[in-house]
Amino acid sequence: MAAAASPSSMESAPRIMRLVAECSRSRARAGELRLPHGPVATPVFMPVGTQATMKGITAEQLDALGCRICLGNTYHLGLRPGPELIQKAHGLHGFMNWPHNLLTDSGGFQMVSLVSLSEVTEEGVRFRSPYDGEETLLSPERSVEIQNALGSDIIMQLDDVVSSTVTGPRVEEAMFRSIRWLDRCIAAHRRPDQQNLFAIIQGGLDAHLRATCLEEMTKRDVPGFAIGGLSGGESKNQFWRMVALSTARLPRDKPRYLMGVGYATDLVVCVALGCDMFDCVFPTRTARFGSALVPTGNLQLKKKQYEKDFRPIDPECACPTCQTHSRAFLHVLLHSDNTAALHHLTVHNIAYQLQLMSAVRASIVEKRFPDFVRHFMGTMYGDPTLCPTWATEALASVGITLA
Amino acid sequence: MKLSLTKTGSAPHLTPHTLHNIHKVPAMAQLTLSSLAEHHEVLAEYKEGVGKFIGMPESLLYCSLHDPVSPCPAGYVTNKSVSVWGVGGRVEMTVSKFMAIQQALQPDWFQCLSDGEASCAEATSIKRARKSVDRSLLFLDNCLRLQEESEALQRSTIIGVIEGGDVMEERLRSARETAKRPVGGFLLDGFQGDPMTLETRLHLLSSVTAELPEDKPRLICSVSRPDEVLECIERGVDLFESFFPYQVTERGCALTFSFDYQPNPEETLLQQNGTQEEIKYVHQTKKIKTTGCNQEMTSFEINLKEKKYQGDFEPLVRGCSCYCCQNHTRAYIHHLLVTNELLAGVLLMMHNFEHYFGFFHSIREALKNDRLAQLKELIRRQAS
Repeated sequence: MAAAASPSSMESAPRIMRLVAECSRSRARAGELRLPHGPVATPVFMPVGTQATMKGITAEQLDALGCRICLGNTYHLGLRPGPELIQKAHGLHGFMNWPHNLLTDSGGFQMVSLVSLSEVTEEGVRFRSPYDGEETLLSPERSVEIQNALGSDIIMQLDDVVSSTVTGPRVEEAMFRSIRWLDRCIAAHRRPDQQNLFAIIQGGLDAHLRATCLEEMTKRDVPGFAIGGLSGGESKNQFWRMVALSTARLPRDKPRYLMGVGYATDLVVCVALGCDMFDCVFPTRTARFGSALVPTGNLQLKKKQYEKDFRPIDPECACPTCQTHSRAFLHVLLHSDNTAALHHLTVHNIAYQLQLMSAVRASIVEKRFPDFVRHFMGTMYGDPTLCPTWATEALASVGITLA
Repeated sequence: MKLSLTKTGSAPHLTPHTLHNIHKVPAMAQLTLSSLAEHHEVLAEYKEGVGKFIGMPESLLYCSLHDPVSPCPAGYVTNKSVSVWGVGGRVEMTVSKFMAIQQALQPDWFQCLSDGEASCAEATSIKRARKSVDRSLLFLDNCLRLQEESEALQRSTIIGVIEGGDVMEERLRSARETAKRPVGGFLLDGFQGDPMTLETRLHLLSSVTAELPEDKPRLICSVSRPDEVLECIERGVDLFESFFPYQVTERGCALTFSFDYQPNPEETLLQQNGTQEEIKYVHQTKKIKTTGCNQEMTSFEINLKEKKYQGDFEPLVRGCSCYCCQNHTRAYIHHLLVTNELLAGVLLMMHNFEHYFGFFHSIREALKNDRLAQLKELIRRQAS
């Protein structure tokens, strides 16, 4: 079911991304996404609000932090509360009262994360619900149908996801199936004018398979591409090479969304490699374990060393938590049963990620991205030369040296 | 008239941002020694007082001994010390330790060290009641003496504690004696209880407040239900703890009772119809046990976990000005509860505080306009 692609049909496809600046050394770009619920500056980090909530923080708090796009999850929302109810509530935007953009994942990743509950066939993924034991089939058509009901601004194709640690014929099978499923998603998509369907490049850690997938999927006229199947258990060395291979072959004028990437170092390196959009549960999840993200790494605030530390988490941080509270107070609160402790850290960690992306973008626009990278690595590792090998090599591959 | 509840120095579930979204938050917040005593060293080193430490430098602060929500084990009061329980375990406080802690906290008001255990047991002996009064007066005199010697505590006000269990004679003695001391106000301790004992204790309460000076505030602890609050106000109480909205939140419920004692006729009809339905349902599903708040649901609230709210796109309370009601629906709260999401507690706390503070506003208005009887009747009709 390969869609024939002619140059004219590709050129006439709507472009949702406007490039504002490009780094002259690396592949980094600064841009702006034009989405139904407003513009989004890129590179962008998208916090993950799986079940129609950004954990303990309100829509107003998230908006105040400057977030303009976040994630919801089709698998979870499809089960609870279900697409019919959300449709009645005027879509996911209406249901959770989020005025800005939403991106929904297709449910594909749950195939990997909930593998004991799932079975993949050409038809789709058969899941057994952990809540009531009922079986559901998540097909490309069903995934798109749910996402059409959710009304998110960006929807993802259902892909056949295998863990990056898997080798052998299963990887190839999944890659080709993902292409077929992409075509089925495109065909089933009822609302191409209101919702942007992104393809997801698969192929595991095999350069040849990735290349094949890229060649095929870029023939399809979709508004954007995601790089999937990475940020699992693979080595960073393999990881960056697959990202670089992908960005080299993805069209320049469409957004590149690297799924599941959220550690600060990874974000900076992958921006250098040419990625525009990122999502990860890490910052919000680690907050709920009492860990605050800072330019030098993280602070485990439950530890005794913070008992009498009266400084804010980061004196340079503009977030409400850092403006009002000290590490010592957060330490006390984290050892109590008041959930407010978690919310303070969630606010801060999201602020950290968004502020980081903002700083990255400014450096690209102001033509000093390589210097920014050097300074970032210096702060994070004590010295740019102490940056992890994989990152040094990845940056070198796009013309940024750290020494 | 009411104290905003904190747990370990922070409103439950709420950061200053979300707390500021609530209208009519009381000017005075309650801290508990049980959550802060074990952090005494840190606060002493901090030097600038607990208000600044917890990020509430503008708020007036009252420090009570115990947490109204978690009862503490009895049997740990001696002639020389009282104990509180923090996360790290028991903290035993003599008068000097107690005052040292208060010196580090520097609250605006604080409950004096007192013996509250005469009211714990089922039947108090006269001897035990007498001891509670004697001890509390001794603690008070010692604390007052230490306060005189402490520069840091010059701006803090000591609240004297009225003890005496259920023994009228002892209660009166406690009131008269405490009133002789230079305290800033009075805490009426040990008047809480189940409906059985409440009647007797309310009678006791009237007699006690009659002995207290008119120009000093009367606080009561462990009474927070709307109907009980009104009974206490009629008997001379001024200040209450706000733990009831917190308990309602913890069981996944939202306050919906009306306190609009002069509504327009149409509204009354609508509300009555609504209330009737909800009361019916409540009788069927009354007992809800949640961790930490083993309290029964009341008829002042609705249980958002119930399936009927799954597709209900109304706000929790029509016309409510809180952030939750202005922005979200019952269906959304139901979803958050069913999926165990943290935001449920945040939004419910915002609504329940606002609703409760609105109730107190209506009490003040009713008192001003001499309509307390109407308000009381309205609340009584809604009590189960």
